[in-house]
Amino acid sequence: MSSPKILVLRAPGINCERETLHAFARAGGAPEFVHIQQLLEKPALLDQFQGIAVPGGFAYGDDISSGRVLAQEMKHKLGDRILKFVDRGGLVLGICNGFQVLVRLGLLPCTQHKLEEEVTLTHNLSNHYECRWVTLQTQKSRCAFLPAGLKLRWPAAHGEGRLIARDAALQNLLLQEGYAALLYVDEQGKATEQYPQNPNGAPLGFAGLTNKTGRVLGVMPHPDRSYLPTHMPNWRRTQLERGALPEDGDGMVVFREMVKVAKAEA
Amino acid sequence: MQAWRIDVLVRPEQPDPAGTAALRALRSAGLDGVTEVRSRRGYLLGAELSEAQVREFTRAVLCDPVIDLFVVHAPGAASPVPLPDTHQLTIVPRPGVTDPVAHSVQKSLVDSGLPAVATGTYRAFDVKGRVGGPQLAQLGKKVLANDVVQEVLLDALPEGLPAAAGKADLAVHPIPLAHLDRKGLEGLSKAGGLALDGLEMQTIQAHFATLGRAPSRLELETLAQTWSEHCKHKTLTGNVTFEGRQIKNLLKSTIAHVTHTLARDFCVSVFVDNAGIIKFDDEDSVCIKVETHNRPSAIEPFGGAGTGVGGVIRDVLGTGLGARPIANTDVFCFAPPNMPAEQIPQGCLHPLNVMKGVVSGVRDYGNPMGIPTVNGSVHFDENFVGNPLVYVGNIGILPTARAQKKANPGDVVVALGGRTGRDGIHGATFSSLELHTESEKVSSGAVQIGDPITERKAMDAVMRCADEDLFSSITDCGAGGFSSAIGEMSEGLGAVIELQAAPLKYQGLAPWEVWISEAQERMVLAVPPARLDRLLQVCREEACEATVLGHFTTDNRLVVKFDGTVHADLDLHFLHKGLPARELEAVYVPPTLQEPNLPPETDCSAALLAVMGDYGICSKEWIVRQYDHEVQAGSAGKPLCGLREDGPSDAAVLAPKLGSWRGVVLSNGLNPRYSKIDPASMSECSLDEAMRNSVAAGGDPDYTAVLDNYCWGNTRDPQAFGELVRATEALCALATTYRTPFVSGKDSLHNEFRAGDRTIRIPGCILVTAMSVIPDVRRTMTSDNKRAGSLLVLVGITKDELGGSVYYKTKGHLGKNAPRVDHALGKAVLHGCHRAIASGCVLAAHDLSEGGLGAAVTEMAIGGKVGARVDLAKVVVQGSLRPEQILFSESQSRLLLEIPPDRLADLQANLHQVPFAVIGEVTKATDLVFLHGTTHVAKVPLATAEHAWNRPLDLDAVMTKEVTK
Repeated sequence: MSSPKILVLRAPGINCERETLHAFARAGGAPEFVHIQQLLEKPALLDQFQGIAVPGGFAYGDDISSGRVLAQEMKHKLGDRILKFVDRGGLVLGICNGFQVLVRLGLLPCTQHKLEEEVTLTHNLSNHYECRWVTLQTQKSRCAFLPAGLKLRWPAAHGEGRLIARDAALQNLLLQEGYAALLYVDEQGKATEQYPQNPNGAPLGFAGLTNKTGRVLGVMPHPDRSYLPTHMPNWRRTQLERGALPEDGDGMVVFREMVKVAKAEA
Repeated sequence: MQAWRIDVLVRPEQPDPAGTAALRALRSAGLDGVTEVRSRRGYLLGAELSEAQVREFTRAVLCDPVIDLFVVHAPGAASPVPLPDTHQLTIVPRPGVTDPVAHSVQKSLVDSGLPAVATGTYRAFDVKGRVGGPQLAQLGKKVLANDVVQEVLLDALPEGLPAAAGKADLAVHPIPLAHLDRKGLEGLSKAGGLALDGLEMQTIQAHFATLGRAPSRLELETLAQTWSEHCKHKTLTGNVTFEGRQIKNLLKSTIAHVTHTLARDFCVSVFVDNAGIIKFDDEDSVCIKVETHNRPSAIEPFGGAGTGVGGVIRDVLGTGLGARPIANTDVFCFAPPNMPAEQIPQGCLHPLNVMKGVVSGVRDYGNPMGIPTVNGSVHFDENFVGNPLVYVGNIGILPTARAQKKANPGDVVVALGGRTGRDGIHGATFSSLELHTESEKVSSGAVQIGDPITERKAMDAVMRCADEDLFSSITDCGAGGFSSAIGEMSEGLGAVIELQAAPLKYQGLAPWEVWISEAQERMVLAVPPARLDRLLQVCREEACEATVLGHFTTDNRLVVKFDGTVHADLDLHFLHKGLPARELEAVYVPPTLQEPNLPPETDCSAALLAVMGDYGICSKEWIVRQYDHEVQAGSAGKPLCGLREDGPSDAAVLAPKLGSWRGVVLSNGLNPRYSKIDPASMSECSLDEAMRNSVAAGGDPDYTAVLDNYCWGNTRDPQAFGELVRATEALCALATTYRTPFVSGKDSLHNEFRAGDRTIRIPGCILVTAMSVIPDVRRTMTSDNKRAGSLLVLVGITKDELGGSVYYKTKGHLGKNAPRVDHALGKAVLHGCHRAIASGCVLAAHDLSEGGLGAAVTEMAIGGKVGARVDLAKVVVQGSLRPEQILFSESQSRLLLEIPPDRLADLQANLHQVPFAVIGEVTKATDLVFLHGTTHVAKVPLATAEHAWNRPLDLDAVMTKEVTK
C-alpha cells in the first residue's frame, strides 16, 4: 500500500512539529500537520489517518501543569474519538509534551480501557528544566512499534518528566505487565533512578509507557532530535571509528517501526 | 474583588521539588532555623462560580489527581491560622503584571463548560522552623520573589482579584512649550521621563512654534520615543572631535564604512532592517540580530532577560517579509556570584540572584518558543554589580526573494499578537538614563513580564501568512511600542491610526499610554486590502489575535485618533529627520599601569587549578543544560562536547534546513578585562576570539559576517567616549583585514550606577558575534581530544601578553601588556587552520583565550577523558618567556590542534607559512603534565582539574552542600 498517513498535531505552544514531520517523512510515512482547531471542528478527520503524533513543546505554555490545558481541551471534544481510533488499530506516538498530554488525557497507560489519569509526569527533582542526552533501554513490552532489547541514546529536554504511578500496585503492574516500554539506564545498562542518568528522578527509571493494546507509545526523551546521524553527540568519534557516518541516529527506529507497522497492517 | 481561593499542594508523602528549592534558597540566604518548606500553587476564581463548580473544576484541571491535594477557601473567608512553628509566605503578582497562567485557567474554564469568570494565580510556601515572621517576609521578598512585580504576604491569603481599573483619561492634553527657556525645557523633559536634552527640546519647541500650537502629550511622547538613544543611536551617529580630527557620523564612517568598502557578495541586507541578512544557499538567507536588555534585567532579572529574548526573536520574525527564528545566543556579564553582601550597593540585587533570575528568564522564554539556545558566554567583573549586561541574540532563515519589504499607500495597519497594557511604559527613554539607588522603585513601569505562548502563536501566524504572501511589510513592537513601529513603517508614506481599536489587557489606559506601551508579543503588519480577510482567517486558525488599527496614506503625516479626536498630527519628515546631530568631544589618555613583579613559579599546578576554577573559565554546564539546545533538530555541534558531553565547545554548528547538510557556525568573542588596560585590545580581541571560535568549530573565515554590540559606561564623559572611539577604530581596522563585514549592531551607552557619592561604571564592551555559512556540517570539528597517541600542535605565536589575563587576576593583578592582534598573522592563522580542518587532517581544535595554553590543554583533555603531556619549550614564542608566562599568556591568534602523527605533513601543507609547533601529545595517562624541556612545570590529575573546573558554577551542587552543612 501507499505510505501510511500520520497526523502531526499542532496546537498553540507545541513546537517540535517540523522535526517530527520530517522524521516520519524520512521513514517513508505521509505525515500531515493538523491544527487542534481544525480537529475540534471536524473530529472525523481522524478517520483519514493510520497514525497520530503529538509532538513536544509547551502546549498552552504548560500553564497549570504540563500538557494540562490541551488535554482538557481534547478530553471533552475528542476523547472518545481518540479511544476509538486506537481501538480500530490506529497508532499514537506522544513525545515529551505529547506524552504529558496523553497521560493527562488518560490514553496512557489506560490499563482499564477508559480515559482516566492513572499516572502523572511531574516536576523533576532538580526543580528545573534540563536538556541532556540519556541512555535508554527498550523493554520487552506490549508496544507494537518499539522493539525490545535496544540500547539507545536520545536527548531528554523537560522540566516535568518524573513519572509517578497512582500507587505501588500500579507501578509494579506497569513494569511486570509490559507497559513500561522504555527505561533510563546507567553505564552498566541497569535501570536507574540516579541523576543525571535519570534526569528527573522517576522511580524505577520509567522513561516511556505504552497502553494495554500496545498501539500507543509515550516517551519523555526525544527520538525527533536524534534521528539523523549528526544529531548524535559523538558522531565525529563514530565517524572516526567506523570510517563513515551511520545512516540513522538512534531515534529513527521509532519512526521506521511505526510506519512499518502501519503499512503492514493496512 | 472577592474570589474563590484554591491552594493546590503536593501530598505530604510525595517529594516537593519547588519546596525543596525554596528551602535551599532561604537557608543559603542565612535562615538556618528553617527545617522544611512545602509549596502551594494558588488560584483565584471569580466569586460567581458555585462551590460545586469550583471543586469539580479544581479536581479536573487545577489539581494533579495522582499526587496533589487541594483546599478551597470561600470568597471573603478569613486566612487560616498557621500551625505552630510554621509561617506561610504568599507571593501575588502586583496589579497589572502579566499573568499568563490566569489566561489559561480561564480558557480551561470555558473548555470545561463553565463561564469565563475573572481568574488569577499566586504561589505560597509553608515554612517550618524557628524563624521570625518579619525576617522571613523580608528575605522571602529577595530570594523567592521580586518586590518590583510581586507582593509578599505573611500568613495571609490574597484578598481576591484586583478591582477593575478606573476610567481612562481620554483628553488630548496640549503641553505648552513656547514660554519655557532651555532650563525649563530640560526640567519638563526630566519630570516627564522623556530623556531629551535641551537642544532637542528646543528643536521641538521651534517646530511647534512655526505651527502656532502646542504639542499634545501623545505627540511629545512620540518624539521622545523616536528620538531616544535606544531608537536613534544619537551618540554613535554624532559628530566627534577626537585627537584633533573631526569624525562626521561615527557609525557611518567606521562600522558601516567597513561593510560598504568590503562589499562582500554574500551580504543581502545590512543596517536597514531589524537584522542583518546574508545568503545561505541558492534559495534562502540567514539573518542575525543581537540586542541588549540590561536595564530591565538589572531591576527584574527574570522578566527583563525573558522579554529581552522575546524582543530579539520578534526582531528576526519581523526581518524582511518574516524570517523563521532558528537559534538563540546569549552573553551575560555579572558581578561575581560570591560577592560579599556588604559590598553590594543599596538598590542593587545580589549578583547571584541576578544570575539565577537572568538564566531562568532566558530559559522560560526561549524554551517555550521552541527556539534552541545554542551559544553564549558569561563574564564576571565587580563593576557589573549595578549594571549587569544581558546580550540576547537570535538568528533566522528566510527566502532571499523575501528579504525586502515595503508598505504601500492604502495598505492596512494590522496589530497582531499580545494585547496592550500599561507594562513597559518609557522603556526606550528609561534605557538612556543613569541607574541609581531609587531606580528599583521609580522605574517599575519599565519592567515587563513575558508571555512566550502568545509570542509563539504570533510566530506561527506570521510564518503561515508569510508563506501565503499576505503582507507587504512587517516589524515588531519593541522600544516605544506602536509609536516606534508604526512611526518607522509609515516613513515616506503617512498613516492614519484609530487607536481605540487596539485590544487592551485591561481598561483605563490613556491614548498616549496605548501608543507608547511596550507590552510584549506584538507585531505590526502592512496588509494589502485584498489580502486582509485571508490574513485575519489565518490568525483566527492560529488562535492569534489580529486587529486593524488604520491604514497607510501618502501625505507623510502621522495622524493618531482616539474615538475621532485627533491626538497627533505629526510631520513624519520632522519626526525622522528633525533630530539635531550631536556634537561630541572625545579624548583618550591611556591609564597608568604596571606589570606585576611576580616571583617565578616553581610548580604551576596550583596556579592551573586556580585558573580553571575562575568564574570566567569554569564550566557553564549548569546554565547550558537549562536551555533547550536541541529543539528544531538542527543541532550538529552542541554547546558541550566530548565523550561525556561535558567539554566546552567553541561554537555552535547548525544544519537549519532538515534534509540538507548545509550549515551555520555561530560564535562570539568578548573580554571585558582587557578594556581596563586598552579598549583597542578589548575590541580587537573580541573579533579575533569570535573568529577563532568559529574556525575551531569548522567555520569558514572567508564566509563570515559579524555583529558589533556596544555596552559602555557613560559616553557623556569625553574620556569614556574616547575609549569607545579608540575601540571602534581598532575593531574596524581588523575587520577590514579579515574581510568580515558588520551586518548589524546595537548600543547601550549608559551603564553607570550611582550609589550615594560613588559611581560604578562598567568596563567598555564590544561583543562580537560571528556567523559563518558552511557547505557541509559533516566537516566540522569539536574541541575534545579523540585519541591517545595523537599530537598536540599549537598554531600561532605566544608573547608576553598577560595583561588582563585570568592568571594575573587569580594573583590579584591587572597588568599592563594586554594582548594585541597582529593583523597579518591573525588572518594567516584563521585561514590556515580552516584549510587544515576542512581537509580532514585535524581530530580536535580549540581556541586559546582566557587562561591561555594551560586552559586549552586542560579543556581538550576534559572533553576527551584523556591525559596530555606538553613541553612548553617547544612553543613558538616572541622574546624570552618564563614557563608560567608561556602557560598562561593570552596572546591572540592561537589555536591548539590534535593531529594524527601520520598527518603532520598534511597539516604543514595546509598551514603554509604560519608558525606552529608540535608541543606534546595526547596520552592514555590520567594526568596532565607540563614540562619546560626536562624541567617540571605542572602535573595535575585530570579528575582534579575536572573538579576545579566543574564545581564553581554548578549551583545545584553548591547549594545542596550549603543546606546539608
